Amino acid sequence: MRERKEGGLPPKILVFSTNSISDPGIDLAGLLKMHYPPTVYTITVPCSSGINPDWIIYALKKGFDGVFIAADGSDCPYREDCSQLTARIVLSSQERAKEMGIDPSRIKMAAVCSVCAESFVNHMKKFSEALKKLKENTNESGGKNVSS
Amino acid sequence: MKERIGVYICYCGGNISDYVNVNKVKDSVKDEDGVVLAKTTVFACSDSSQKEMISDIIENKLDGIVVASCSPKLHLHTFRSVAERAGLNPYEYVQVNIREQDSWAHSDKPEEATEKAIRLVRAGIRRLREAQPLLPNEISVTDSVAVIGGGASGMRAAIELADTGLEVYLIEKEHFLGGRIPQWGELFETNERGDILIEKLYNEIIKRNNIKIFTGTEVESFSGCVGNFNLEVKIKPRYVKSGIECNEFEKIEEGCPVEVDDEFNFGLTKRKAIYKFYKNAYPDLPAVDFENCTKCGLCEKLCPDAFDFNQKEEKLALKVGAVILTTGFSPYEPSEGEYGYKKNDKVITLQQLRRIMELSNGNLKWKGKEVKEIAFIYCVGSRQKSGENKYCSRYCCTAAIHTSLLLKKKYPYIRSYHLFRDIRTYGKQEILYRDSCKQGDIYLKFDENEPPVVEDLNNRAIVKVKDLLTEREEIEIEPDLVVLVTGMIPRKNSEIERIFKVPVGRDNFFNEIHPKLRPVETVIDGVFIAGTGQGPKNLTESILSSLSAAAKTYSLLSSGTLKLEPIVAFVDSERCKWCGDCAEVCLYDAIEKENQDGKEIAVVNEALCKGCGSCVPVCESRAIEIKGYTNKEIIGMIDGMLEEVR
Repeated sequence: MRERKEGGLPPKILVFSTNSISDPGIDLAGLLKMHYPPTVYTITVPCSSGINPDWIIYALKKGFDGVFIAADGSDCPYREDCSQLTARIVLSSQERAKEMGIDPSRIKMAAVCSVCAESFVNHMKKFSEALKKLKENTNESGGKNVSS
Repeated sequence: MKERIGVYICYCGGNISDYVNVNKVKDSVKDEDGVVLAKTTVFACSDSSQKEMISDIIENKLDGIVVASCSPKLHLHTFRSVAERAGLNPYEYVQVNIREQDSWAHSDKPEEATEKAIRLVRAGIRRLREAQPLLPNEISVTDSVAVIGGGASGMRAAIELADTGLEVYLIEKEHFLGGRIPQWGELFETNERGDILIEKLYNEIIKRNNIKIFTGTEVESFSGCVGNFNLEVKIKPRYVKSGIECNEFEKIEEGCPVEVDDEFNFGLTKRKAIYKFYKNAYPDLPAVDFENCTKCGLCEKLCPDAFDFNQKEEKLALKVGAVILTTGFSPYEPSEGEYGYKKNDKVITLQQLRRIMELSNGNLKWKGKEVKEIAFIYCVGSRQKSGENKYCSRYCCTAAIHTSLLLKKKYPYIRSYHLFRDIRTYGKQEILYRDSCKQGDIYLKFDENEPPVVEDLNNRAIVKVKDLLTEREEIEIEPDLVVLVTGMIPRKNSEIERIFKVPVGRDNFFNEIHPKLRPVETVIDGVFIAGTGQGPKNLTESILSSLSAAAKTYSLLSSGTLKLEPIVAFVDSERCKWCGDCAEVCLYDAIEKENQDGKEIAVVNEALCKGCGSCVPVCESRAIEIKGYTNKEIIGMIDGMLEEVR
């Protein structure tokens, strides 16, 4: 369709957010007209401890450059150990990714609270930059398939 | 699978369509599998648009709808009800957020925002294709409510809530109720005194057995869900026992050797370590400021039974169904040197002037000198061109003009100059402005780019202003007092925002979900906001919002039960091989082993399941899923987001 800037297509990021904690934080970023890359897409679930690693791997295989888990952290309305459970999901997804030849740094997690608009925007900018570099390096070395 | 889907793309006035090409979005998704109808709409939430959707659903035999508009926080229930009224199940509808998470977030990149909208809407369609009808889950609720902040708004809300039969915990950080209203003396427009108004509210409160007052109390933690929240509060000791006769409090206060700045009088006077904010402050019992107390023992000597210096800080756990935050504002404190504030003795704030008027006997005096001329400078700390406070504080024009009327009544010889930008005495308050003009007050209008200047000349204050009403003629005044008419700012040093995680807006006041449609609700279900914590308001407006929050609270808790989303886990009995992992990770004991036709499988108790989904990733055989968030729905969304936009 239209011409893109050098460096190829901007990285596509899939964010898993949560209904009552991180999604309102992401909404707030929009309300405050804080900008982040428009190639960030969000799927909202009840709690980050309920994210299926299959979804993360599927998204990466199908064409997302990165998956970001906007976790409930200590604000989780369901359980206190939400962060640990979510971290376990991220770790097992990263292991699976490694086995499949996908760079595990393409999966990231951070707690985003209902007022954490600024931190969310910063995470997206940083993650997008890191993914861009990763893509460039992989393209240069003609290496593994980053984004099929 | 849904085969007859209707898709609606909302302009939201221009909130979406100014950045996202909504017609392009419509054209891109109209041929998606399962879509039979795609439309744009100026306001999807409007009554006419809702009616149109209902007739579309019936006439076209739609089996589901996608609405792409604002955040689901705002209108999820609106459109679920549309689906329901048209005979669909409320869950045969998907909300796609293309405002907060698209048009607003990417207003800098309209083309990309349009592409994102197309992908998001497509993901919504894919999700709806796989959606199943669901029935709501009922839970019982706690029939009590916490009102945080015991100013006028909180007190009024507490009374209203108590009359509905709910148990009310009124929680105030200070040792006395009333907030800032008693600092004002006579209030516009009735001239009723602030302290008397608080006294009336207090007398109503103590008449009601189902209001528990906690003073000197702060919230430490907040957890749980709408209908059943847990609050932990910390109660500071007062060191003065209630219910003990002591007629010596005045003598004790007189004899107390400690003198610290009196915060109630904005530091204009000193108070003792044993104190009340003002004479008729409630609860009618002094408090001891232990930090500043010298432990001289005078008080215990005069009234041994009334004091208990062994009182310790107490912690208490409260269970409540809902919370109302009425935590109020802080007055704007001018920075040092702003219009000479804190540099020139003659420069004070409007709040300080009101305390001086309250404390003066006979003529109005400031620093020993009689006050005959006053210059009010308006919009200090409000409507700032640069800096934090871009908003109008709403109450200050009227408060300054009302003060000027009170001054004239008490001290007819005083002349008032009003240096203003615009006069905003809206509604009935306009009459006060008329009266002020009639009594001869002088109004000088300044340009925001050329604000007045206060010069310090050997302890005199010279105010220079270019008056727009006389073609920028420079006018020089030498008043005895320069009064800065300061606005409202969000409460300083408040832990409340952190504890309750209630979002704040661009002005840093608490943010409601929608200023018109849901003005006292927050994104945290069951947490309401009212009064000036939400933004500048005069007292009438604060009380209106607090009554509105009380009504919303009652309608939430009144039936004793709440319909929760039917988002619960379910098990595929063919796949399940019962390993027990799901039951082990479940905090709510919602999963049990059951024998079905000779096979052991996991079964979900829907009354206990909270729908968090923690069981989903731990299931090796992928046999457990969450309704509304099934594998098919999520995978469908990912596919919808990734396919190329044509």
